[in-house]
Amino acid sequence: MTKIGLEIHCQLTNLQSKLFCSCKANYREFEPNENICPVCAGMPGSLPRLNQEAVKKATMIAMALNCSTPEKIAFFRKNYFYPDLPKNFQITQLNIYGDTSVGGSGTISVGDKKIRITRIQLEEDPGRLIYEGSSSKNQITLVDYNRAGTPLVEIVTEPDFETPKEVRDFLNILSDLLKNLGVADPSLEGAMRADANVSIHGGNKVEIKNIGSFHDLEKAAHFEITRQESLHDRDIPIAQETRHWDDRRKITVSSRSKEEDMDYRYFLEGDIPWVKINPEIRTELKSEMPESISSKKERYVTKYNIPEQVADVLSSDKYYSDMFEKSHTESNAKEVANIITTELMGLEDTREKREASKLTATHLRDLADSIQTGKVSRNSSKNALHEILKTGKSVSQIISDLDLGNVSDESELLKIIEKIISDESEAVEQTKSNPQTINYLVGKVMQATKGKADPTSTLNLLKKQIGI
Amino acid sequence: MNLKISALEFIEEVKSGNITVEEFTAKTIERINQVDDKLHAFLSVNNDAIDQARNIDKKIKSGENVGACYGMPISIKDNMCIKDTKTTCASKMLENFVAPYDATVISKLKKQDAIFIGKVNMDEFAMGLTTEFSAFGPSKNPWNIEHVPGGSSGGSAVSVSSYECIASLGSDTGGSVRNPASFCSTVGYKPTYGLISRFGLISYANSIEQIGPLTRTVKDTAFMLNLIAGIDPNDNTTINNNNEDYLEGIESGIEGKKIGIITEMMGEGIDPEVLSATKQAISKLEGLGATCEEVSLDMVKYSVAAYYTITATEAGSNLARYDNLRYGYEMPVEGYEFNSYISKARKNFGPEVTRRMIIGGFVPSAGHAGKYFLKAMKVKSKLTKQINEAFKKFDLLIAPTVPILPFKIGEKIDDPVSLFLVDINTVTANLTGKPAISIPFKIVNGLPIGIQLLANSMEDKLLLQAAHALEQTVTLPEVPI
Repeated sequence: MTKIGLEIHCQLTNLQSKLFCSCKANYREFEPNENICPVCAGMPGSLPRLNQEAVKKATMIAMALNCSTPEKIAFFRKNYFYPDLPKNFQITQLNIYGDTSVGGSGTISVGDKKIRITRIQLEEDPGRLIYEGSSSKNQITLVDYNRAGTPLVEIVTEPDFETPKEVRDFLNILSDLLKNLGVADPSLEGAMRADANVSIHGGNKVEIKNIGSFHDLEKAAHFEITRQESLHDRDIPIAQETRHWDDRRKITVSSRSKEEDMDYRYFLEGDIPWVKINPEIRTELKSEMPESISSKKERYVTKYNIPEQVADVLSSDKYYSDMFEKSHTESNAKEVANIITTELMGLEDTREKREASKLTATHLRDLADSIQTGKVSRNSSKNALHEILKTGKSVSQIISDLDLGNVSDESELLKIIEKIISDESEAVEQTKSNPQTINYLVGKVMQATKGKADPTSTLNLLKKQIGI
Repeated sequence: MNLKISALEFIEEVKSGNITVEEFTAKTIERINQVDDKLHAFLSVNNDAIDQARNIDKKIKSGENVGACYGMPISIKDNMCIKDTKTTCASKMLENFVAPYDATVISKLKKQDAIFIGKVNMDEFAMGLTTEFSAFGPSKNPWNIEHVPGGSSGGSAVSVSSYECIASLGSDTGGSVRNPASFCSTVGYKPTYGLISRFGLISYANSIEQIGPLTRTVKDTAFMLNLIAGIDPNDNTTINNNNEDYLEGIESGIEGKKIGIITEMMGEGIDPEVLSATKQAISKLEGLGATCEEVSLDMVKYSVAAYYTITATEAGSNLARYDNLRYGYEMPVEGYEFNSYISKARKNFGPEVTRRMIIGGFVPSAGHAGKYFLKAMKVKSKLTKQINEAFKKFDLLIAPTVPILPFKIGEKIDDPVSLFLVDINTVTANLTGKPAISIPFKIVNGLPIGIQLLANSMEDKLLLQAAHALEQTVTLPEVPI
């Protein structure tokens, strides 16, 4: 049997400042080593100044993952030398001397399965290493400390996954959950990273590191299972080791460094006193916590009668569900959900597109209303949406500018239909013998009206005129 | 001009116009130039001191607001950051390190118009108690230059006792302020843990160390404490002292106070002269209306072992950042792999620091932590329990600051274990977080003996009152330099 466990690192990208100083948590816009201060650069004499907001957000994550939260949390030093680590130790959390990390054991549902969370810890991200020069002889290593000290939450799971697919589903759910909590934007480059532990048939555990994306994580798990199975089939023992994911060759490679032998000499970080998480703080956090994805979904289904699949898609994405919340009314909710899930998600599928978009909640509301009152056909609304995103003009303006108004006048529509019946006599004959081919004629009407005709009345009129 | 005045006297003299800051500063620098060749208290002298003094004189003349220090010359142990100034920790590793920011104590004193007359010598990274482990050569005891001045804040004690400045800031991890204060006959004070911000103090063993003043009088220490104590957003371990005025009521005396004499600090290995001085101090305190009685803290037996285990562990981690990549000394990185570079670069640490880091790599390591580090932490917590118990009965505790007299330079340098034991009376205050002070008490055969008082956490004010009372019973000869 295959067992996979995960260690997920997620930056709290929505915080203003780093974990122990007031440098920006969003380091991405800076030139190398511009977002640093004596604290995050580990200058002699500097001391960590704990970001209380980070503790709150990490606790919120723990609560959202149904983890136990201790009364008091403590920080520990993990000691090892590495060029990206300014102090040559990392301030992190640990549970070996009692439960003192922000989250203890918890669970998260993935489909019908419950994945157990071992613990959640708050820690600082190291800096970044950039390698330049191609041959190993000429290679130089550059260090950028801008990222050093960024608040990071590590989520450790039990080895409860049995397939790479489960891993992927879990990561999607987790990623949506973190986004929904408003603590992180997992889509930012490097904001969410994961290591995997893989074992088969109860054998040795192999840790895979250096996996750049969730997509690769699934691949790496696949590769590793296949590798272990093939060793197992030939009775070759599987070594307990750390392997690195080779992004280029898409394989895992044994790490020559003996990371498993590292002794981190953990001990209490004396510069940060224990932090009390009072019941009042927990209550406060609970009240600040946004509605969960599952509760949103249920509300969409029961209150607005939105189809389950649509509600699922809509609720799991914070950006779109926020948009939905802002724009829908009691009466147009279903239409708004429809526009978002069938059209908008395709038009705003990247960060750049979202940022460039001029769409507001008012636009969506008006557009949905216009569809419902028959001012614009569903078909034409697509064009309108396109135009809104580009120009930001009002819905009524766009309908008149682009002449998208419905051809609602039946006599006008009738004229067009009569013309098409006479032009397409062959198709009309065919329709008489095979009524299903009427769609061809509907299409012609739509073409002639640039999609402005109401499909239902077009169909009815066509049938009437042809006499079927 | 008299350089031998206290801080409070200096302020009065300047305020009343009897002296100018410039004169006093010039005279102080002259004094440094005269005696420091022999004493080696200073690692660097502030070249802008005279200009700064003139500016303060100008402010005084024009009636502008002047900070409480009135241009008082203060020396700073070379492990505290002063912006744009070399801060070496008396180590080759930081030989060229120029601090990019001010320590909190420094910015507070700057605001009060103190003049930092220079950075003073210490044992490398504050590890030692003789100042012999400075990478830049030892300091000498002004009472007898063949003897050690104590340490690690040796430069601080020497500079104050030989009139090269009025006051100094040292740091005390296991006695590093009190020990040299005792050996050089100055007041040396380690406050309650958290009373003074450590931001900008280069860490050795961060969980137990504190910055502390070395001064001529207890009142001067209270004065300094008023300026530098209190909560600091840059140091999460600082505690709120509600802006306590430590000078107010300092003359209240100790009538009716109960003082415990720590048995374990008066026994084996104590120099008879030190023992008899301590007994004299006890009878003087009794003469002032206190009652003294023996109290046993049997964990003191293990305190030095626990102290060295904990400090080595923290030092191993605190000093890990000195990989010479971002600052340090000249050593090009080209052609090295990271690990080979740092192991070579880190060879520039001196022998004592290296020794403690090796210990620090071992005692908390997997498989050994239980036997060493965790056991040391147990001693620390038991000792704290015992001393808290003692403070239920006593207001203060008393012991000699150091069980022996200042010894000769080189006498113990090759015997680290016997050196470690010299710390036996001072480490308890650090391990338990309690405030403690060393008061100059006696000169025997030309060598000073200091008496140590301890109080409960946040009873710093009471401690200073008692220290002041004891100080008033003593008249000491002048330093022969």
